[in-house]
Amino acid sequence: MSIVLEIDKISKKFGSLIANEAVSLDLKKGEILALLGENGAGKTTLMNIIYGHYTSDSGQIRALGKSLTGGKPREAIEAGIGMVHQHFSLAGNLTVLENVMIGSESLFKRKSNRQLAKNKLLQISKKFGLPVSPDALISSLSVGERQRVEILKALYRDAKILILDEPTAVLARPEAEKLFKTLREMTKEGLSLIFISHKLHEVMSAADRVTVLRSGRVVAERETSKTSKEELAELMVGHQVSRPVRKAQSTGKKVIEASNITITNKKQIQLDRISFSVSEGEILGIVGISGNGQAALGHLLSGIGKPTSGTLTFYENRMNDYTPRDCINSGIGRIPEDRNSEGIIGELKIWENAIVERLHDTKFSKAGFIRKKSAQIFSENLIKKYDVRGATSDTQARLLSGGNMQKLVLGRALSVSPKLIIANQPTRGLDEGAIAAVHEELLKARSEGVAILLISEELEEAVGLSDRLQAIVKGRLSEPIKAEEADATRLGLMMSGVWGEDNET
Amino acid sequence: MIEALEILTNASLWSAVLRIATPLIFGVLGALLCERVGVLNLAIEGIMTMGAMIGWLSVYLGADLWTGLAIAAVSGAVIGLLHAFLTVSLSLSQHVSGLGITLFASSLAYFIYRLVVNVGSLPPTIEPFQPLELPMLSDLPFFGEIFFSQMGPTYLALFAVVLMAYILRQTPLGLAIRMTGENPHAVDAQGLNPIMIRIFAIVVGSALMALGGSFLTTAAFNSFFPEMVQGRGWICIALVIFASWQPGKALFGAILFSFFDAYQLRLQHVVEDVPYQLFLMAPYVLSILALILVSRRAKVPEALMAPYRRGER
Amino acid sequence: MRLERRTSIPKKLAIIAPILAIVASLSVSGVLIILAGVNPFIAYFEILKGAFGSKLAITETLTRASPLILTGLAAAVAFRARLWNIGGEGQFYIGALVAAAVGNSLLTGFPIIIAMTLVMMCSMISGAILLAGPALLRLRFGIDEVVTTLLLNFIIILFVGLMIEGPLKDPFAFGWPQSVPVDRSLRFADLVPSSRLHKGFLIAIFAAFAIWIIVTRTVFGLQTRATGFTPQAAAFSGISLSKTIMGVALISGALAGLAGAIEVMGVTGYVTTTLSPGFGYAGIVVAMLAALHPGGVIISAVFIASIFIGADAMSRATGVPSFIADVIMSLSLLTMLIAIFFTNYRIRK
Repeated sequence: MSIVLEIDKISKKFGSLIANEAVSLDLKKGEILALLGENGAGKTTLMNIIYGHYTSDSGQIRALGKSLTGGKPREAIEAGIGMVHQHFSLAGNLTVLENVMIGSESLFKRKSNRQLAKNKLLQISKKFGLPVSPDALISSLSVGERQRVEILKALYRDAKILILDEPTAVLARPEAEKLFKTLREMTKEGLSLIFISHKLHEVMSAADRVTVLRSGRVVAERETSKTSKEELAELMVGHQVSRPVRKAQSTGKKVIEASNITITNKKQIQLDRISFSVSEGEILGIVGISGNGQAALGHLLSGIGKPTSGTLTFYENRMNDYTPRDCINSGIGRIPEDRNSEGIIGELKIWENAIVERLHDTKFSKAGFIRKKSAQIFSENLIKKYDVRGATSDTQARLLSGGNMQKLVLGRALSVSPKLIIANQPTRGLDEGAIAAVHEELLKARSEGVAILLISEELEEAVGLSDRLQAIVKGRLSEPIKAEEADATRLGLMMSGVWGEDNET
Repeated sequence: MIEALEILTNASLWSAVLRIATPLIFGVLGALLCERVGVLNLAIEGIMTMGAMIGWLSVYLGADLWTGLAIAAVSGAVIGLLHAFLTVSLSLSQHVSGLGITLFASSLAYFIYRLVVNVGSLPPTIEPFQPLELPMLSDLPFFGEIFFSQMGPTYLALFAVVLMAYILRQTPLGLAIRMTGENPHAVDAQGLNPIMIRIFAIVVGSALMALGGSFLTTAAFNSFFPEMVQGRGWICIALVIFASWQPGKALFGAILFSFFDAYQLRLQHVVEDVPYQLFLMAPYVLSILALILVSRRAKVPEALMAPYRRGER
Repeated sequence: MRLERRTSIPKKLAIIAPILAIVASLSVSGVLIILAGVNPFIAYFEILKGAFGSKLAITETLTRASPLILTGLAAAVAFRARLWNIGGEGQFYIGALVAAAVGNSLLTGFPIIIAMTLVMMCSMISGAILLAGPALLRLRFGIDEVVTTLLLNFIIILFVGLMIEGPLKDPFAFGWPQSVPVDRSLRFADLVPSSRLHKGFLIAIFAAFAIWIIVTRTVFGLQTRATGFTPQAAAFSGISLSKTIMGVALISGALAGLAGAIEVMGVTGYVTTTLSPGFGYAGIVVAMLAALHPGGVIISAVFIASIFIGADAMSRATGVPSFIADVIMSLSLLTMLIAIFFTNYRIRK
């Protein structure tokens, strides 16, 4: 089989951070290659280099026989490489056709040939089984539909090599399976594909071969028929990592209860009559594919969003109108979904971030003046207790790595001696070591009687940590099931909205 | 009251509306083009000032009027290049860069003017544009005076509106411009260069702004004096929002605005007891009201004011 | 070419960069001075002489700096929360007008200190209210405050003209219309005898000190910085964005209004439509040159003031148009922006 893409000893450094080191791999014609690795392993960086978003420090790329100088997506496109980005490169206010055809005509052309472009688009759309309406605005499309447009963009430019970055991060199981089926069909049409993933089951079922990256280096290459999930897991992480195990325990009073809560925003229903409850000493896991209402749920519980109807109670107190400050004062520790934009103020120092939620606490301020000494001591304790590395109290918070930043956020939330913790995607973007640390702290809090509501996209995490699980699909919550009853099939169905006779969404 | 309404039937009012609108049309188009690629160009007031001064100076030193306009446009383009360097290449704050350049361009314009004209002397005049009477059409009653007896640059402004609308909607360049203002990463991913597109749009937009300024000295008045732009640049910024970033609506906004301005000028003669300052305030108050009116439904280009740095996601 | 954020700023660079910026702006301005047919070194010498060369020069410079310190503080306070208050000019004028109106006759009978304080407070309140409008428009409707504050400047200056030609007209003044004057007793005393430098200068210094304490030591200061840096995270942590921005707007407007008050109470005694040679706009440059630091504002205000006072004298001596001062000032802003940028980023291939 001929080799369509050759990557030879690619290296890339960002300052002192080594993103890729002497990475070499081949892609054969008609095959599906998976690039597997933890968060931070260098997979996306490598693909960005191939596509021209970054230039490598050293190394060679050859696509379909042609050597690429790199640094220009235009060059990659002309060499037949197409990329489906993880965060879609689409303009919401423009139409599908406009998003697909941009860049395909010379900028000096006097009039765009829309009709020709539309015909070509519809043709390709039919050929590969990816239906779209060319004149629809991107903002009106669902996530799955937008991904189709991303793929069509590449096919429209006659891509022979397709790179997909975490393509199933935003898809439910049935949609993901359909996508891989489509991708397999594409290989029959002569395309060769690489997809990036950190999901082992996906890699095993959809790819022919897999290359494992760890800390920027290639550590292994296997044919998927000749390896196992366990072997890949160990190669991916580099050692036996076990996540902490949850032990059964009895639960106490109901801490938080939601009853038929609906949130509508500008005529869109974000949460639809949801109900749940969490008691002392238990973890309730809300699982779902990203974009099904988790953000709204997180905001509701953090005091940023208010219910349009329904009641939310905290230990029998009505919580509907709680502001973030009310939450903090009541003993609700919150870990936000996006630590960079919601959790930490990067330009402020770590000690300032440590106390920013509790500025009116007499410990940290008096008569409007900050008690700096007290705050710094508090911050130093946090750093020590939660193993926040790479900084002192006086360092700017933005210099922390993702894992350490999350540990700071977690420590801050735990330091209010919370009765309830809202953990929204608490391990997103973290490596295994940091993930294990976060899980340990959550389980420890649980054993001390704290109620925890966990919102997670990672099934493995949710099942491992939660006592009970509910699936969130299109703003609706399924009935809770016990963790013991949660097997892959059941969960897959729940997350696709199949909930039983009268519960389907 | 009757006299107030009678003014509306006067063709000279409407003719003045188009004339007063001309610098605004150029200014709004220029600001609109910059904002469509995602850059707020607050240098507009300074660029219009420089355009006014350079336009006047070129003619004063012997160039013909159209050459004067061209030189003014070039001066605008150069300032636009500076703005593009600060906001696109260096990704500095668009607010501060724009304001800084406005201060710089204005002060530079006044300085150069002072080198030529001493303090205390009357501003020297030039021979301004005369109305271009289109044969036959300009003899039409009422409409003839309004539409077919305008000065050359006014026709140019109207043409520019049509041209920009066409380019934005119908050409690949226009699509590239629009998408750069919505998602520059998407533009990059499709093989185009959003940085060059931004720079191009800012330079052309600034040239248009300078054209608007030069109209003030070569057509509206016939000399240059400090503070003559009087905040028209800021009004254009407000008008862009009012126009939902569309050239056709921008023309409408400029005309609507200029109507109130022209009307107020004539109303002053008819209404005796009201202080003239209230009339002069009208444009600025209207601009603020227009902003409030439109604030709900504004469909802002998504990447407006977001700095674009290659390689950062 | 790629830009990479530095992890730490080398001390040397942090000091050299602003100096390089000033040198660059003086060099480019030097070219313009050559165009005017004058040797730039002579011109700069004349500027220095005009600004600091005699007791009179120094007092003139500090007098000019007094309102600049306050409008600079106004801009710095606002910009720190990313509230783009470009309306300093209008807030200055409304403060001045209110000072003249209130200080003319309304407070006879009060002890002097109380009366003067009341006048200043009224000016501060008027400035605060003026900025509160655009702030509310931003909070409620998302309308960019840059445009609204700018447009308001024009409206207010016209309004001042209207008032001093009408209800607040000084019937005893001849020539250009001016407002009724502030009562003699409420004028600031000279700080340095037989000069124009008045005790209002001390008010300005004190204000800078007060702002410094607020920004670095208080809860409100931290809330302001958090709101300016990462508004979403600030809101998540319980900071009320609207209360913070409103508070910042009130303080900023008040400072600019106070600038108008002390100029009237200390220098002219009355208001005209040319009272401000652009103090509001210059305040923005003052703030940016000082990197929004309250102490730095004092230094950069004196720097800017010296350029203008010096350029006036230099212009009389050499014939170089005095607009060169505005050129130097605006160029310094631009070069400083670039300099600050290079202290934060380095260029990588």
